[in-house]
Amino acid sequence: MPGRPNHVTLIPNEWSVGKLVSMTTTDSAGAPPEDALQEHFDATIARDQRIEPRDWMPEGYRRTLVRQIAQHAHSEIIGMQPEGEWITRAPSLRRKAILFAKVQDEAGHGLYLYSAAETLGADRADLTNRLIEGRQKYSSIFNYPTRSFADVGVIGWFVDGAAICNQVPLCRSSYGPYARAMVRICKEESFHQRQGYELLLTMMRGTDEQRAMVQDAVDRWWWPSLMMFGPPDDASPNSAQSMAWKIKRHSNDELRQRFVDMTVPQAEKLGVTLPDPDLKWNEERGHHDFGTPDWTELKRVITGDGPCNDQRMERRRTAHEEGAWVRAAATAHAARSGERARKGTAA
Amino acid sequence: MSDDHVYLTLAEGHEDDTRWAYGTGFEDPLHGVDTAVPEGVDVRELARVCVALADDALVSAQRLAEWTTRAPELEEEVALANIGLDLLGQARLLYSRAGQVDGTGRDEDAYAYVRDADDFRNVRLAELPNGDFAFSIVRLLVLSSWRLAHFARLVDHPDPVLAAIAAKGVKELTYHRQYAADWSVRLGDGTEESHRRMRKALELVGPYVGELFTAYDVRDEVVDVLRQVTEAAGLPMPVYRPLPGAGRAGDHTEHLAPLLAELQSVARALPEATW
Repeated sequence: MPGRPNHVTLIPNEWSVGKLVSMTTTDSAGAPPEDALQEHFDATIARDQRIEPRDWMPEGYRRTLVRQIAQHAHSEIIGMQPEGEWITRAPSLRRKAILFAKVQDEAGHGLYLYSAAETLGADRADLTNRLIEGRQKYSSIFNYPTRSFADVGVIGWFVDGAAICNQVPLCRSSYGPYARAMVRICKEESFHQRQGYELLLTMMRGTDEQRAMVQDAVDRWWWPSLMMFGPPDDASPNSAQSMAWKIKRHSNDELRQRFVDMTVPQAEKLGVTLPDPDLKWNEERGHHDFGTPDWTELKRVITGDGPCNDQRMERRRTAHEEGAWVRAAATAHAARSGERARKGTAA
Repeated sequence: MSDDHVYLTLAEGHEDDTRWAYGTGFEDPLHGVDTAVPEGVDVRELARVCVALADDALVSAQRLAEWTTRAPELEEEVALANIGLDLLGQARLLYSRAGQVDGTGRDEDAYAYVRDADDFRNVRLAELPNGDFAFSIVRLLVLSSWRLAHFARLVDHPDPVLAAIAAKGVKELTYHRQYAADWSVRLGDGTEESHRRMRKALELVGPYVGELFTAYDVRDEVVDVLRQVTEAAGLPMPVYRPLPGAGRAGDHTEHLAPLLAELQSVARALPEATW
């Protein structure tokens, strides 16, 4: 990533505010007026430069980012479950290694993203509690079940594909740590997508039963994948501000269109049918026309009534609760070691 | 970075497979190693050695995979998967070597997916259910110390392939043992509860340690490691009560068959399929 080659710090460093201090309540002597800070922030955004953790930022920007990054991190962690189910059952050792490594990468993505959220003053344990208590969400796509090994391939192709469409623009997000985490994540996601697509190509060259498994998985995952881009633009309340702050770079509908246009030729090459009778090339627009996802279903899944919401949350909660004694032991040991080291130095 | 590049190239050729960690066209894990068996090496014995070590690794990797999404912390999620992946990689190399030398020409999947529990030669400690994190850590400590001590000798094996697999494995197992030792100390020294769980775990592994020393003559190295770790953790040494039978002879607990049934379920349901 290029970083900020042309960045000029217009406000002296000592005016920068530590990550835990809320600017809205700061009026101590010597601090610059909020208008000046806001102006500097706006100018940084306008120049397409990065906001870094120690820079001043409006409280709303910080809150929006924490919410978005946390949801993204939670999605990586919950997203381990649908595919993770198949590691122990993968039908060849090579597929087992590929899937195991992929699910491990998702845990790694969760870690980078929680770290990015921590640069904004959030705390991983607190964010985890918010997830477990249902106060923060994760991507609704992970509330659908994985019914066969073909689902592993289709998730790689569609879900990682949709994630790439959503996330590649985030590599240019205005918040530095988020943008840099996304660069690394996108590289790995593109690798996962290739692996998923390659599994499907192999299965389509196999038996009739395998081809039927692939088509069935495509039929089940297509519409939920289109919903991954979020509600249509006219019903997406937070989008406009996020785009103005350059946290987000393209609208939901633009990204959805891009995903459809990219996926159609891949489906043809694979030999599967995308389950949308309205899907066809529109010469005039230079894009594919396609049907409308069932937005009431998206709403239902987001609000907790998807096929696997309870199961996903229960697994995450159980892992967290059953791990509590381990984390407590590590903390106690660290404290005792620190104490022993101090006594050792003193002696 | 162009926004669309990675996505647009998806349906194009996969000529640059070597860039990928596991490759998409990766067939032979022993590619590039001289696979000729030197004169004087008993090929049936070599195959037997490879299969037993591969079975230990595969069964252990399967248990580690069961931790996925259940680990106590994200760092442990990543570490346990790392260890599982290393062992899975060892199993693949060892099965492939066995298939090359035992005259059957079987591939790695023929060993993993077509044999029944009676044909597996893994030690029984590997197949026991995961239990709690303390048990999984103690088991990992014992198995990795044992395997590392044995691999350190296999580095000088007359078969160049087995020696190369061992050399790669030594680095991996050194990390596995370190990870298990660090956690053993944390848990032994941590809280009353973690200490109690570690004592219990050491009691549970006790009966399964004996067959490890019958399989390979590495008792001194392993006991030395366990002594260092238990001392630092404030824990007692495990008591090696003998248990009749041996996994190396095909004797298993009731836990192996269900583990294999799950591992082999998709492959066996679609025997004609290609993956």
